[in-house]
Amino acid sequence: MTNSWNDIKNADVVLIMGGNAAEAHPCGFKWVTEAKANNGAKLIVVDPRFTRSAAVSDLYAPLRPGTDIAFLSGLMRYLLGNGKIHQEYVKAFTNASYIIKEGFKFEDGLFSGYDASRKSYADRSTWDYEFDEQGMAKVDETLQNPRCAINLLKAHVERYTPEMVERICGTPKAKFLQICELIATTANGERSMTSLYALGWTQHTTGAQNIRSMAMIQLLLGNMGIPGGGVNALRGHSNVQGITDFALLSTSTPGYLVLPTERETTFADYMKSRAFKPIRPGQTSFWQNYGKFFVSQQKSLFGAAATKDNDWAYDYLPKFDTTYDVMKMVDMMAGGQMNGLFCQGLNILMAGPNKTKTQIGLSKLKWLVIIDPLETETARFWENHGEFHNADPKAIQTEVFQLPAMAYAEDEGSFTNSSRVIQWHWKAVDGPGESRTDIQIIADLHSRLRALYTKEGGAFPDPIVNTTWNYAKPAHPDPVELLKEINGYAIQDLPDPADPTKTLLKAGQLLPTFGLMRDDGKTSGACWIYTGVYTEAGNMSMRRDASDPTGLGIHPNWGFSWPANRRLLYNRASADPSGKAWSERKKYITWNGSRWVGGDVPDYAPTMAPDKSVGPFIMNQEGTARIFSRAAMPDGPFPEHYEPMDAYIANPLHPKVSTNPAVRVFAADAKSFGTPDKFPIVATSYRLAEHFHYWTKNVHDNAVLQPEMFVEMGERLAKAKGIKNGDWVEVSSQRGMIKAKASVSKRFRPIMVDGKPCDVIGLPIHFGFIGLTRKSYPLNTLTPSVGDASVNTPEYKAFLVDVKKTTPPASQPATV
Amino acid sequence: MAVSRRQFMKVSAAGLAASSVGALGFIGAGEGLAAGVRPYRLEKATETRNTCPYCAVACGVLVYSATDGTKDAKPKVIHIEGDSDNPINRGTLCPRGAASLGFMHSPNRLQYPMHRKPGSDKFERVTWDFAMERIAKLAKEDRDKNFVAKNRDGVTVNRWLTTGFFAGSSCSNEAGYLTYKAIRSTGILALEDQARI
Repeated sequence: MTNSWNDIKNADVVLIMGGNAAEAHPCGFKWVTEAKANNGAKLIVVDPRFTRSAAVSDLYAPLRPGTDIAFLSGLMRYLLGNGKIHQEYVKAFTNASYIIKEGFKFEDGLFSGYDASRKSYADRSTWDYEFDEQGMAKVDETLQNPRCAINLLKAHVERYTPEMVERICGTPKAKFLQICELIATTANGERSMTSLYALGWTQHTTGAQNIRSMAMIQLLLGNMGIPGGGVNALRGHSNVQGITDFALLSTSTPGYLVLPTERETTFADYMKSRAFKPIRPGQTSFWQNYGKFFVSQQKSLFGAAATKDNDWAYDYLPKFDTTYDVMKMVDMMAGGQMNGLFCQGLNILMAGPNKTKTQIGLSKLKWLVIIDPLETETARFWENHGEFHNADPKAIQTEVFQLPAMAYAEDEGSFTNSSRVIQWHWKAVDGPGESRTDIQIIADLHSRLRALYTKEGGAFPDPIVNTTWNYAKPAHPDPVELLKEINGYAIQDLPDPADPTKTLLKAGQLLPTFGLMRDDGKTSGACWIYTGVYTEAGNMSMRRDASDPTGLGIHPNWGFSWPANRRLLYNRASADPSGKAWSERKKYITWNGSRWVGGDVPDYAPTMAPDKSVGPFIMNQEGTARIFSRAAMPDGPFPEHYEPMDAYIANPLHPKVSTNPAVRVFAADAKSFGTPDKFPIVATSYRLAEHFHYWTKNVHDNAVLQPEMFVEMGERLAKAKGIKNGDWVEVSSQRGMIKAKASVSKRFRPIMVDGKPCDVIGLPIHFGFIGLTRKSYPLNTLTPSVGDASVNTPEYKAFLVDVKKTTPPASQPATV
Repeated sequence: MAVSRRQFMKVSAAGLAASSVGALGFIGAGEGLAAGVRPYRLEKATETRNTCPYCAVACGVLVYSATDGTKDAKPKVIHIEGDSDNPINRGTLCPRGAASLGFMHSPNRLQYPMHRKPGSDKFERVTWDFAMERIAKLAKEDRDKNFVAKNRDGVTVNRWLTTGFFAGSSCSNEAGYLTYKAIRSTGILALEDQARI
């Protein structure tokens, strides 16, 4: 989230699209209710299903799953065409006026630089600005040049008329326009809109571009950096934010640094492309500190073994050739290219997109290690569960270990919530039986490997035997020690650059801010954005002062928010170029003549005067936010509507390039996509208020509340198929078949797509063959193993199926 | 005057003893009644601040644990409720969080390390030492056999691609960082979490 849960109360318009906060994040949704009750906010919900969020909305519109970009591009067309943008904000704080290279174009569904043989945009060089001799981006502040980013954007979205939106999305034109009008009321700095989304936007082959579209809209409206504004990802797991921050991701390192590729053969090569030189006069380009963060991190990982002479142990890091994301791993497993797998609290047989393929993959492993507090389907993939999971144990040669982990109240440590707030939690009791903490289990594994490599040698033992492991109890590091290591400390005394007779920090002292990190090996710190969480003043994540001096929901002394305890990102943009608040209502951070002041930590140099014209988006080399994203995304600098891989219709905009041309399709999955002649119904997956992923089916109360798998469908479809509420139905896709009970509801209604009625059904994700719920066919039997072009998030939210009435499973009762 | 919840309970019991029941002339009845009141379950419980284990709203919860009073008994969690001092959830919990006591006590909680031999149709209980020793051995064997020090162009890549690691997204930051450290140092590239799925 760029803003916070509490900040939602400051919104005047709340748009829930690509999520369903009322059911998936009920206690966060409370802040929507608060905005409605006490700030006069209007709630808009756009969703294929009439959810409980929709039930309390002021304005609801349906859309066909997988068509969000068409809707949002239509909204951009409306805003640009009707002058409903925040002109001064857009001009000063975005790249609207930047001139784009002549060679950049978009034709017949493809941006310039596409290589059909490689199915990717191999040449993205035209997706950039014109530069002058000094290397500065050229701009036209009059916005007259047709190559200005904003003019190219206008031309790009011109095709998304309300009629086209209706044709693609199935959203009635009148509803669509009503929503546009309401959203447009926030284009002025007086009012703000917040965007709340979740997996309904990410789990598409255009996932990252869905969010990009909203970021552009919020910039056009001037809603970034503003209380009650922002683009807010409502994240799933309790610490998925923290675990992402710590880069448990194939090509990242902690703090959003990037693991080197195999083309970056030396540290110098690696840093060459990370100079982040400003490309507009006087800009900050904060990533110029990249080297300090990287070297401090290497010191934290490898201590004394990381020296200037060995390029800070650059060779200790693996160099990647391609992304090894979840689907790639499963593809490799299924192709027999993997021998071992660890699953630490991740139930891949349920969470991966194509269950049959995952089952094949797990069966080909030599060994599998499960670390989990609960029984999972993955741990028992080799066990026969009849028609719900038909496996032959004798044929499966995988050796499986199931290690009991402690759960949340059985361990202490910090979690980072969706608002980036790091909160410590304390241990209440020991876990059951012989369960151990995740820290103990990992420390044990590392200690044994380290001992083996020290004793026997083996393949490149250096990074294993030199990993910093200076904990008081090596077999059981204390979370406090670890958080201090994450925060960082001075390895040697740090002299004050302004006065060499003074010392800023003594050796061993904790860093108060990442501003003190150095690239000469004198500082250690694992994750620069967390620096400040544990200082000489104590563990900031333990702070529990709920006071809120401004009344804006900032709560600056509750836990610690990364980065630098900043609660609202890009908050410099809450003031106009001269440093005055855009309006009294949205006043947040302002210039008082000598410094930036307000209730939050300024996202800016605190004494940088506004007349220096340093842009508020300091992480970008240009200091402005991008409505044209340059080459940052692999599938285009502007979003474009592409059909899901199971395409319901030929893309009306460019039928020859119907689906996203930059998605990765594995050879093994080339024939795994469905067509509407065989599978004429659109399906989407969703979550229930009573369940959390695949865990709570192990909890009695939740299993009672929602005991089994079902398929939700509208009355028209049910009637056409002769299906009544509670009947057993078979749902099939190109990937497989499941049986589930029908739940016939008014929440799904047919929508008119491309002139024809389109039926949509919904399937909850939670049920499987393990747990206290009834045994069920897992939903992911149906979903395709293909993902978003940018980050490979699987397309769980839009796929094609057929349904028919069927007989109950042998072990299930015939009626409700 | 700031009265904590626990103090309030004591004040109530004392108040009952000296209340109208006593004033009506039933001398000693108040004390008798107060003594007969079943003690509040949470009065002797230990209160621990925590955050809900499920979604990333991270609602504050208060976890109450107590022993059953028998000698050497280990404390058990007996109650979980929303933390009304937490500014995010202000004491509220959803149907998942409100039932999270059932997660702690689920019959499907794992208790012991288990091992399934190739081709077997069952898990068998093993010791931690057996499991960890064997896992370390299998991992080292695979790494030593398949570690790629240089790619085809002779560039140092130091990667190990034949073993993967799925990291838990409900582990603490500290556990996550330690996992990153331990796993990356082996050269594993196939390291993923729940963020994409």
